[in-house]
Amino acid sequence: MIHLLSTFLVPILGAGAIFLLPGRRRRLTVLLATTITHLCLTARLWLGAPEAGSSALLGVDAAGLLFLSVISLLYCLVAVHLVAYTRRDARGAPKVFLACHLLSLSAMTVATLSTHWGLFWVAMEATTLATAPLLFYHHGPRALEATWKYLLICSVGIALALLGTLFLGMAAAGLAESQRTLGFVAMVDNAGGLSTPWLKMATVFLIVGYGTKMGLAPMHTWKPDAYGEAPPPVAALLSGGLTNCAFLGILRVSQLCTAAGQGPFVRSMLVALGLLSIGIAAASIVGQGNYRRMLAYSSVEHMGILTLGIGIGGLAAFGALLHAVNNAFNKGILFLAAGNVLQARGTSDSKSVTGLLATQPVTGVFLILGFLAASGIPPFGTFISEFTILRGMIASGGAVVPILYLGFLALVFIGMGSSVLEMVQGAPKGTSSELRAGRDSLAAVLPMAVFTVVVLLLGLWIPGPLQAVLEHAAGLTGGAR
Amino acid sequence: MSFLIDSILILAILLSVFALGASRMGMTIRIFAIQSFLIAFLPWFLHGGTPGFHQLLLLTGTVVVKAFVIPAFLSWAIRDVSMRRDMAPLLGFGTSLFVGSLLVALAFIISANLPLPTGVASSLLLPASLSTLLLGLLLIISRTKAVTQVVGYLIVENGIFLFGVSLVLEMPLLVEMGILLDLFVAVFVMGIVIFRINREFEHMDTHNLTVLRD
Repeated sequence: MIHLLSTFLVPILGAGAIFLLPGRRRRLTVLLATTITHLCLTARLWLGAPEAGSSALLGVDAAGLLFLSVISLLYCLVAVHLVAYTRRDARGAPKVFLACHLLSLSAMTVATLSTHWGLFWVAMEATTLATAPLLFYHHGPRALEATWKYLLICSVGIALALLGTLFLGMAAAGLAESQRTLGFVAMVDNAGGLSTPWLKMATVFLIVGYGTKMGLAPMHTWKPDAYGEAPPPVAALLSGGLTNCAFLGILRVSQLCTAAGQGPFVRSMLVALGLLSIGIAAASIVGQGNYRRMLAYSSVEHMGILTLGIGIGGLAAFGALLHAVNNAFNKGILFLAAGNVLQARGTSDSKSVTGLLATQPVTGVFLILGFLAASGIPPFGTFISEFTILRGMIASGGAVVPILYLGFLALVFIGMGSSVLEMVQGAPKGTSSELRAGRDSLAAVLPMAVFTVVVLLLGLWIPGPLQAVLEHAAGLTGGAR
Repeated sequence: MSFLIDSILILAILLSVFALGASRMGMTIRIFAIQSFLIAFLPWFLHGGTPGFHQLLLLTGTVVVKAFVIPAFLSWAIRDVSMRRDMAPLLGFGTSLFVGSLLVALAFIISANLPLPTGVASSLLLPASLSTLLLGLLLIISRTKAVTQVVGYLIVENGIFLFGVSLVLEMPLLVEMGILLDLFVAVFVMGIVIFRINREFEHMDTHNLTVLRD
């Protein structure tokens, strides 16, 4: 228990230290030290984790451990990138910004470790609040607009999830006194006795609520604005960390419904939302003139793929969980590359950025690699996961869903490809002194390299323990390898 | 006791309708404060008898945060604003009152179709909670002033709170306090953003926030 507590208390202590310490260098040291400690604590959980108890509020299960590890590694590497980012930006490294980085890490840790619907909700709302100041890093009216939309849309969405949580309590009201709890494990165990109308209402509200945070269409409208205005490293945290936490909520809903015999109900809903998200993202990516908004729509697309995978179930659920890991690191590559481009060129307009390979060769190469990975090209891990989801679809029968899925993915490939290739090729615009100032430091490049290696490795070989955790987590949602 | 409970529930609905018709922002904030104060006492009346430590702590927390701290903070956030009226709502006041009354009717129809577990003190709880929720959502989408939207969000939360107190099962104290803390921090962060919007645009109409688009 102390181990679990320290996993989320360490970032809070780090945030406190950042507020107290003077000087940019000291604060960044604390930031790095804290995220590395968090990574070690998380790694320690892989060696014999305490199982989730039925009464405790915190515990570790396969899906939680998987997402916690992804988030921990993501935060650690983005912290390294922030050393370079805050050096280049005139705003520097304000206390609130660095502290909120750690506070949001803490909130996400609680979300992944919670074993109670109520606590999970509290942690999810906390992630919205802790990340809002991160979006506002650049100040000015545009950042203000993005922050306001993010706060209001996500808060209202998450309020609906709270109502859904209370509906779950209503569904459990008919159970015996000792079984009336909102614990994940206990609810699944007693799923047979839940009241069906209330459970269905709860499912709808929870999926809409957590789907809003995940950025599923049609509740995705905050996403292009938020990712388009936030500093790109922050967008990497949101698209790899925050959305995965929300996805965990959707996973748990699907697990509970399957246990209660309402599997077909929740699955049809997830398939519809997933396809809609992929479709809307594909339509918005084609001709998108702003590369950060384009990446935001790519995030909507991949969230759609995850939801679709869980909706199909079986083999596709395994693929979706693997894809959640791949996508988090893939977005890491893309957004950090976008951050380097933004800082060197000072614009988000894809048309004004040309000749990246000439001016920022390393970032340019990683942008291409990130794009290839996002399109599911072999040998990247995303190919394996997207292909597994496709196999799951074909195995479950029906031709319409796989055809739409492949069609939309092809559309995204064309839309993103034309934009990315224009950015990296050609002659650079701008004076030579401006362009030389845009050279990338090691700290700006190294995290992208690690992300790329991870996504590449996952395409070639899935380590045994990871395979076991993925299968276990997929089994929870009613899928099996 | 049940007369008292029903009166509070009906007042809660009426206050949400009142908020829809109020044009002054200070008034909207005060309406929310009164509504929160009234419904904070519901759990006490519902469970009857003397409240335990758990209930007392929650009652005090809810009253202090929702009826006093949040309204005071929101009034602070708009203290420098010269335009204190919602002059151009997206839906006119008459229209939004009409739509609001339709929503209340809808809430009663929905609740009639949901099975209530035995042991719920008042049959008005569910319709009151849903009406408050829907009216809060209407307030968010029909107004353009940032503060009114926040009050709309808070009224939605009040609706959810009304539903929460009718629950037979009890949440752990830690979770309930967490929910309250989240609400407080949410309003705090939103208040700061409103303050910034005021400074940036000299007034806080969210009409200005329409630059970001594809």
